[in-house]
Amino acid sequence: MTITRTLATAGRVLTQIRHDPRTVALLLLVPSLLIGLVAWIFSDTEVFQSVGPAMIALFPFIVMFLVTSITTLRERRTGTLERLLSMPLGRGDLILGYTLAFGLLAVLQSSIAALFAVTVCGLDIAGSLGLLVAVAVADAILGTALGLLASAFARTEFQVVQFMPLLVFPQILLGGIFLPRDQLPEVLQAIGDALPLSHAIDALTAVAAESHDDAYVLGELLVILAWIAGAVILASLTLRRRTP
Amino acid sequence: MEYSPGTEPEPAVTVSGLHVRRGSRPVLAGLSLTIPAGLVVGLIGPSGSGKTTLMRAIVGVQVLRSGTVTVFGRPAGSAALRHRVGYVTQDASVYDDLTVRQNLDYFRVVLGAGRKDVDRVIEATDLGASSAQLTGSLSGGQRSRVSLAVALLGSPELLVLDEPTVGLDPVLRRDLWALFHRLAADGTSLLVSSHVMDEAARCDRLLLMRGGAVLADDTPAGLLAATGTTDIEAAFLSLIEEGS
Ligand SMILES: Nc1ncnc2c1ncn2[C@@H]1O[C@H](COP(=O)(O)OP(=O)(O)OP(=O)(O)O)[C@@H](O)[C@H]1O
Ligand SMILES: [Mg+2]
Repeated sequence: MTITRTLATAGRVLTQIRHDPRTVALLLLVPSLLIGLVAWIFSDTEVFQSVGPAMIALFPFIVMFLVTSITTLRERRTGTLERLLSMPLGRGDLILGYTLAFGLLAVLQSSIAALFAVTVCGLDIAGSLGLLVAVAVADAILGTALGLLASAFARTEFQVVQFMPLLVFPQILLGGIFLPRDQLPEVLQAIGDALPLSHAIDALTAVAAESHDDAYVLGELLVILAWIAGAVILASLTLRRRTP
Repeated sequence: MEYSPGTEPEPAVTVSGLHVRRGSRPVLAGLSLTIPAGLVVGLIGPSGSGKTTLMRAIVGVQVLRSGTVTVFGRPAGSAALRHRVGYVTQDASVYDDLTVRQNLDYFRVVLGAGRKDVDRVIEATDLGASSAQLTGSLSGGQRSRVSLAVALLGSPELLVLDEPTVGLDPVLRRDLWALFHRLAADGTSLLVSSHVMDEAARCDRLLLMRGGAVLADDTPAGLLAATGTTDIEAAFLSLIEEGS
């Protein structure tokens, strides 16, 4: 692995995306639009105030998961991956390059989404706005990292789209949005507590309500970062130079 | 490196007892051959005979069942070979959403080649006029030349070219074959697969494959003499039919 090759890969992925302005626009704005829709649905109630933070975790996470897994799968399908793996490119160069490129997009996307929720949709944040954005960004990068991992196990676009309900929906269902996790059956609660999206939802909710101290939020942030690191390492290890 | 002085120069590639399965059936079953260094070696054979599979094994991206593939005295695909071997896949493997130059710039960094190398390969493949164009908007022949240009970066010692001249007009094909012979004269070893018999006639040696085995390994003149024919196409047909 070398820094130049990793950075060149990240730059290449960003240049590719730059040539597709519609994707850039969708990527940056869709989560905000969805958050706006949720706020509008619940405009006469107090519901948005309690689910709003979870929405900041949810939509960027889903969008980054899908975009990343489909982009990397496309690399596999068009033969450029085979070519790269016959070259002196480390497997980590490729995966980290992708993580950096999409991580940068995730920073922009989640910052826009968090600021949109606060300034336009009127979500009250009792805690630190900076901490809110930091957790939102980590959560979107988590979507990218899991997307990278999922694409390693998919051979076709159809399969990779199926990984979304498989890997993402359970995290939404068990994350405490539908029913607080302490009211779930014991086994489901244990699973829900372990899933990474739950940590993001908990952290964002805690910042919004200032129900916990910053140390708690930082701890949750660390758990998310550990998941990101784990997914990125696993994605590099499952990348095979030789294919059948 | 095992080669004793006084004997033949070390071959570029040695394949021995190679078994490869793809899907559920054997594609190569005990293939053995050598590819001498510094020559243009043509790989011909009916569609599905295993040419691409053999090339993938030589560049080290194919899962092998058994047998060995040695390139310049090292196991195919080993890290030390990755910038000594250039590979053009059968379908152009370049990024459609990058310009020609952006493609070449990225692969140049991956290969650790110099900045000027990009201009050299653009010139060699006659892509100067379209170097600022998006690769996806090029004609089929232009796209495959971009793919070839990538393989020429860093001046690899072995070029494995899977049907590099498909879809090119006679003038371009003549120019590229002249380039291949210039490269060979400078010491590069080339393995070029083709379905065009007048191209086969321009090779220094020919490997004729059928059903995953080598039917003939000779010079074009030797093939004509052995089959009592006057052109390569007739020799090819006579050997294929004799074998079936
Ligand atoms: N990914 C794959 N999975 C399963 N079987 C495969 C795969 N790729 C190729 N094969 C089979 O392996 C055999 C050899 O294929 P290969 O691509 O090496 O042939 P080829 O000589 O290059 O043919 P062509 O001249 O048409 O390019 C074929 O019978 C093909 O069906
Ligand atoms: Mg082929």
